[in-house]
Amino acid sequence: MNQDNKTWYLRGLRDGMPIMLGYAAVGFTLGIAARNAGLTAFQAGLASLLNNASAGEKAGFTVIEHNEGYLAMAIMMLIINARYLLMSCSLSQKISPKTGLIPRLIIGFEVTDEIFGVQMNVPGMINPWYTYGVITMALPGWSLGTYFGVVMGNVLPANVVSALSVGLYGMFLAIIIPPARKSRVIAALVLISMALSCVLAYLPLFAGISAGMRVIILTVIIAAAAAYFFPVAQEEGDSDAA
Amino acid sequence: MQRNIYVYIFVMFAVTYLIRVLPLTLIRKPIRNRFIRSFLYYVPYVTLAVMTFPDIVQATNSPAAGFLALVCGVALAWSGKSLFTVAVISCAVVFVSEMILL
Repeated sequence: MNQDNKTWYLRGLRDGMPIMLGYAAVGFTLGIAARNAGLTAFQAGLASLLNNASAGEKAGFTVIEHNEGYLAMAIMMLIINARYLLMSCSLSQKISPKTGLIPRLIIGFEVTDEIFGVQMNVPGMINPWYTYGVITMALPGWSLGTYFGVVMGNVLPANVVSALSVGLYGMFLAIIIPPARKSRVIAALVLISMALSCVLAYLPLFAGISAGMRVIILTVIIAAAAAYFFPVAQEEGDSDAA
Repeated sequence: MQRNIYVYIFVMFAVTYLIRVLPLTLIRKPIRNRFIRSFLYYVPYVTLAVMTFPDIVQATNSPAAGFLALVCGVALAWSGKSLFTVAVISCAVVFVSEMILL
């Protein structure tokens, strides 16, 4: 590793530290969700090692819990993780065109909200070693956090498990509420989404719709309607990506 | 029919990885279509909101505690607290309120 790569790798480790702490805590609560869905610690740790996606994994565990079918799982992942497509597009502009296939395959492996965020904070082009540094910190935090969430979830008292179950939702709120404060459209979308989610969850008419399908159906309908009626300006889409 | 959890995990991985890696390896230009850009822009907010409610009140032993965590979580996130802080305090709210409620 040359000196430049080493400097970038160390910088990646440093920026990855707070991500690791956050991931370990949230991964732990995800582990509790995995445990509730019937996964073993190894299966949950493996899922986190391979997926690195809180919302996607939570939805995936719901599909597993309800034994919903592999195609439903594929569609669910496609829709819930669709935002990574946009981030990956932006990232492709942040790495040198000379970057080889292997670094691209590794950077693509760990496109998450937080890691994407720190990468977009780097001025100019990203040295792949920077991303490797961040991944070195974040990935073990996430997968081991999930693993121990399942393990500890079995020995922790019920009231502690109940409390930790909301950690994941707390994290989701921390992602969606700040943009909702800045944009009335997003604020309205969040309210409408929660309201319709409640309607589909509790109204007997929709009792046949599983939790997983509820997420897919509402996401497609509401996001498409929002895109149709409130198309974002080019710059706004970019700033979201960053 | 009982399905295999490892196949589920593989499907999760395969689809998610393709989504993440294909643009990075194939597409070198940003998406121009305004509708698709806008759709992708709104997706995370809708998805996360739908997954949060009413699920948060079903996840806890006492639905009221879950609802209280939702209100506190929204307030904390609104005031710009970090992901970590919001997650931890939401848990604390449930823990304390269930001690009182149950």
